[in-house]
Amino acid sequence: MYLIQIKDLSFSYASKKDALKHINLNIEKGTFTCIVGENGSGKSTLLKCILGLNKGYTGEIIKETHIGYLPQKSDIQTNFPATIEEVVLSGTISNNVRSVFYKKEDKEKAKDVMQKLGIYDIRKKCFANISGGQQQRVLIARALCATKDIIILDEPTNGLDPSISKQIYELLDKLKKEDKITIFMVSHDVERALNYADTVVELLNGEIVFNGKPQDFKLGGAN
Amino acid sequence: MFETIAEMMSHLFIQRAVLVGTLISVCAALLGVSLVLKRYSMIGDGLSHVGFGVLTVATAFGATTPLYIAIPCVTISAIILLKIGNNSKIKSDSAIALIASSALAIGVAATSVTTGMNTDVCNFMFGSILAMNKTDVILSIIVSIIVAILFIIYYRKLFIVTFDEEFAKASGLRAKRYTNIIAVLTALIIVIGMRMMGVMLISSIIIFPALTSMRIFKSFKGVVISSAVISVISFLIGIYLSYIYNISTGAMIVIVNLVIFVLFTIIEKIIHE
Repeated sequence: MYLIQIKDLSFSYASKKDALKHINLNIEKGTFTCIVGENGSGKSTLLKCILGLNKGYTGEIIKETHIGYLPQKSDIQTNFPATIEEVVLSGTISNNVRSVFYKKEDKEKAKDVMQKLGIYDIRKKCFANISGGQQQRVLIARALCATKDIIILDEPTNGLDPSISKQIYELLDKLKKEDKITIFMVSHDVERALNYADTVVELLNGEIVFNGKPQDFKLGGAN
Repeated sequence: MFETIAEMMSHLFIQRAVLVGTLISVCAALLGVSLVLKRYSMIGDGLSHVGFGVLTVATAFGATTPLYIAIPCVTISAIILLKIGNNSKIKSDSAIALIASSALAIGVAATSVTTGMNTDVCNFMFGSILAMNKTDVILSIIVSIIVAILFIIYYRKLFIVTFDEEFAKASGLRAKRYTNIIAVLTALIIVIGMRMMGVMLISSIIIFPALTSMRIFKSFKGVVISSAVISVISFLIGIYLSYIYNISTGAMIVIVNLVIFVLFTIIEKIIHE
């Protein structure tokens, strides 16, 4: 079953024409997909189209479910007063946009997710004061509050130590295996992406130049 | 001290000022949290200058209640400022500087042509609690209640939009809409608050309580509540001292805010050691 189907997607920015050209891609339930490619190859643009952040594309994107999103870090967050609990809980917003307060089931969902990711005991700590690896864990927890099917991540291991970034990949792998969460991520870390992904997609100048199993990417690969 | 307070509160103009000032302090502090975290602190300053320009021009043309003209004008400026900041080649800090100084210049020119630098203009610049009339009181009560209700209704969304705009958009929130709401509410509070605080000082009651709270409180909820409390306390101490020592109320409130900020910074340093 496909959670997301992309048919003949093209997108241009005002400043950059053909950022994406005729992309066809299906994301199957329960898979771990890594998007790799050079800077400016269209990886983040593709994510933004899927998430509805880039408007005015041509082609079609069919989404079967809510998506949990983990954006790249913004510098506003470096000094932001917010507890881990507040951040994780905010992920539940898409389940009931209308209501004024968080509902009981939102709070329970957030608690479950925090326990699963081992951040429940530090939930009162300030998000800005914990380590980079912990912050990514919190943001993954927030994404999981928004969905029960698929999380999309934009370079989640950017700027992390290799050992910490390995932990993040292991966590994602565990979520895929134990909770059947589909993982779709942009990665600059090709080596590791190949170890964990079921499918590797390589973008070059807005086009898909490889879409297949990681072992084939190693052997035949575009590079 | 209690006798002084009792004597102070026996004046009608002080009663009005305390009521209006408390309401404005709470609202300014609530909005300030979002503005400071979004790095929009300077918008308050820019809008107060626009308010000055509009009020002086309106007064020069003999408008009886210049507030009715100032409120829509400043609100529109707020939205324009955000639009410029979001999608143009002029960066928002430069845009604010441009609009603020232009509005100030137009205001000063208008007064030179007509009345000259009289007490009215001075009151606009540095505030005066005597300037509050019945219309101001009613308007500020209405606006404050609207701000407080909207803030509670949108509290959850404001947090998400402020903390992570990308995530908010991906969750289906129209992030721009909430930024616009904040800007419009800020405009309203500024126009009403500047009669008391003055053009030059109004933006400080928006920024100070949030910055002070962030020294010590590390949760969003904590910062919001603490800002509102600090803001009201600073206002009450400020108006009391201003009454006793006959010092400009707006200036005194800012000084009290400054003192509390320094205190909180010291406490933060002690906690961290």
